[in-house]
Amino acid sequence: MFDWWENIVDKLVYETWGMSSESALGSAIHFFIYDTIKIWFLLLTIIFAVSFLRTWVNTEYVRAHLQGKSALYGHVGASLFGIITPFCSCSAIPLFLGFIQARIPVGVTFSYLISAPMNNEIAIAMLFGLFGWKVTAIYIVFGLMVAIIGGYLIGKMNVEKEILLEVKPTDTALEAELVRLTFKDRAKEAWRYTSDIFRKIYLYVLLGVGVGAWIHGYIPTDLIARYTGESNPFAVIIAVIMGIPMYSNAAGVMPLIEVLTSKGMLLGTALSFMMAVTALSLPEALILKKILSLKLIGIFFTIVGSGIIVIGYLFNAIL
Amino acid sequence: MKIEILGTGCAKCKALEEAAKQAVAKSGKFAQIEKVEDIMKIMEYGVVSTPGLVIDGKVVSTGKLLSVDEIVDLIKAN
Repeated sequence: MFDWWENIVDKLVYETWGMSSESALGSAIHFFIYDTIKIWFLLLTIIFAVSFLRTWVNTEYVRAHLQGKSALYGHVGASLFGIITPFCSCSAIPLFLGFIQARIPVGVTFSYLISAPMNNEIAIAMLFGLFGWKVTAIYIVFGLMVAIIGGYLIGKMNVEKEILLEVKPTDTALEAELVRLTFKDRAKEAWRYTSDIFRKIYLYVLLGVGVGAWIHGYIPTDLIARYTGESNPFAVIIAVIMGIPMYSNAAGVMPLIEVLTSKGMLLGTALSFMMAVTALSLPEALILKKILSLKLIGIFFTIVGSGIIVIGYLFNAIL
Repeated sequence: MKIEILGTGCAKCKALEEAAKQAVAKSGKFAQIEKVEDIMKIMEYGVVSTPGLVIDGKVVSTGKLLSVDEIVDLIKAN
């Protein structure tokens, strides 16, 4: 898909600037220019597409839609809706309480709460740009599985009493209404959202790809393979723990992972790391602590964390 | 006219409050602006994604940081 762009960068770096494709500097600069522009382009297109689709559905719609549905439909539906609705950890409290208020089971609420940040548009765009559609699809499918099964398990543990704030459930049926807007307004809104996000993250991408390019050109492959490859049986667990504090920097961290993968890091380890970055976020846990007991947050992190670790080892074993 | 900003103190909520103030000034109408931070009150409005904008008791926007002009349009329409 980006062959033409690679050709242009080839010509520029190796012919116009006369660098050798064998030299560390030449290949690092080539990598930097090629990757940065490609990822910026993909970020803009994918975030625009996702936020355009989102102008039809908001979280209020999801809540009304999930009200009174069966458990199976609830877990699957909540996880799928997590892909197309925006999620901001600052909204986690009204979201959580609002779902409980509509008598949506705690487990289903967690399915949504796991899926929504994991399938955020930045992560999907970065994955697509760096690893291609296959890895992106694997990430989404297994992410959904963690959300569905994780939410189901949390729901089975009778955690209702771990919610610290009492919410009076409503008996009125909520009306599910799609957002009405003109086509032009949807495009305008999507564009504004896209440019907002892009402005926030483009420098992180630049930095991430820059460090990645340096690793690409200068760090020997065996060093990376020794610590992140098959010879380190704890790589997946370490990756998941390291991923927890990195939520806000997904855009900067992912280019590094791509380089590490191309140099011997196993794909399962990379997947686990990226899921941990998006699904287990420290700021979100701190916000949820205002309404959930530490025990429930612990259960949430343990179940999601274990799920992600299992996926990592599974992939490392198969691939 | 009464305009309420629903939000538990996130950055977007503060920005929306600021935009609402400017929008009222721009619209030339008299409106009282109130920030609602009590989560139970936010629940009563049925809003689950903050920030929310309420005009005279009616929820007109959720989960979005509106521009000043968009709020002016909403003020005129309600």
